[in-house]
Amino acid sequence: MDDQTSERTGRSAETGDRAPQHAVVEGQHLLSQLVAHLREHRTRLREEWAARIQQSHLLSAMTPQEMAAETTSVYDNYVEVLETGSVEALQHYARDLSERIIPRGVETHEVVGIVLLLRDVLARSLFEKYQRDFGLLNEVLDAYEPAANRIANTVAVSFVDERERVIRQQQDAIRELSTPVLPVRERLLILPIIGVLDSDRARQLTEQLLSGIRKHRAKVVVIDITGAPDVDQTVANHLVQTVDASRLMGASVIITGLSPKIAQTLVTIGVDLSKMNTIGDLQGGLEEAERLLGYTVTRKEGSTSS
Amino acid sequence: MRQGSTLIASVHTALDDTELVRFEHDLIAQIGEHRSPGVIIDVAALDVIDSFAALTLRRIAEMARLRGALTVIVGIQPEVAFTMVQLGMGTGDVPTALDLDEGLIVLADQGRGREAPSASSSWGTTP
Repeated sequence: MDDQTSERTGRSAETGDRAPQHAVVEGQHLLSQLVAHLREHRTRLREEWAARIQQSHLLSAMTPQEMAAETTSVYDNYVEVLETGSVEALQHYARDLSERIIPRGVETHEVVGIVLLLRDVLARSLFEKYQRDFGLLNEVLDAYEPAANRIANTVAVSFVDERERVIRQQQDAIRELSTPVLPVRERLLILPIIGVLDSDRARQLTEQLLSGIRKHRAKVVVIDITGAPDVDQTVANHLVQTVDASRLMGASVIITGLSPKIAQTLVTIGVDLSKMNTIGDLQGGLEEAERLLGYTVTRKEGSTSS
Repeated sequence: MRQGSTLIASVHTALDDTELVRFEHDLIAQIGEHRSPGVIIDVAALDVIDSFAALTLRRIAEMARLRGALTVIVGIQPEVAFTMVQLGMGTGDVPTALDLDEGLIVLADQGRGREAPSASSSWGTTP
């Protein structure tokens, strides 16, 4: 392979023909030269970079020590990618870095900004080094720019990916929290519904409730919809079906906190409400549930409050 | 299949329509034989209950009532429960319970199950 490439290089040098292979070989050669240069001036360039980051007021969430540590490792990673051309390690590092800095409120523009700054700082140093030989400078930049752009790209994409992952995670958490099924006493579940009930949420609520009934072996479920401002027909119907399904699983459902508006909706649709056990507020619902389960709650002073 | 005076029928596999009819006959006959005041039908193994099955269960309960026994259906799976409701086929007035233990308690509450049954160990497999 080596023979072949050198032969080719030789031939293209002879003919003066700028074959792509020639450019690649030349590029690789230049890149290694470049990497050596960047390694040599590592401290100086890194400090220059850090200074420019500070000048542009990026990463203000970080302490100077952290900044020094991060800039060093970003710099080393950067040079390594220039050398090997493999972005995997950098991708990994960028994801790792994002994981650390996203919770501290570092914005996308900051991350992209610092990577672009590093690119500029390094390009400047190359200008300086090769300013005598314009042709050589051009070739060095030819080799450097695509690699540098790819790095900037990788870092930005990794950062955004990480961000999206965090958002997805939070969405899942919110979804989970939006319909909590809470065991209050043995065999008694409470299901507070807060916020607008759309049909997606209603379906999820049913699933959670039915599996909750089985998991906790519930006899009585109190669904409190005080916090639900309104329901549409579909959801109201769904609610009634949920009550029926719970009954099929051997649990009786008490609905509390029906607002006048929801009550109106339920009556208007004309669903069979005779089997629905509804009670004005959550307190009354709990008392009824306790009665169904045979609990009596007694105050210690002797006055009963059940 | 029998626990004390309570008749326990557990359905182990999906039954087709003819099997359901035979199941119905057998069960009703046995209520008379054993003079059972309570019947529990366990459908925990079913992941589909179609309208005919639901109808049959209701019919069994009604016939059992006429022969003096109270029927409880137990072990309806969450997905099955919701599907049944969505398709508009409930169990009518037939009481339901979460599982066998609960079903026995329901019967006991209704005064049909005798004393609380001991450890639920050996009943037959086929309905």
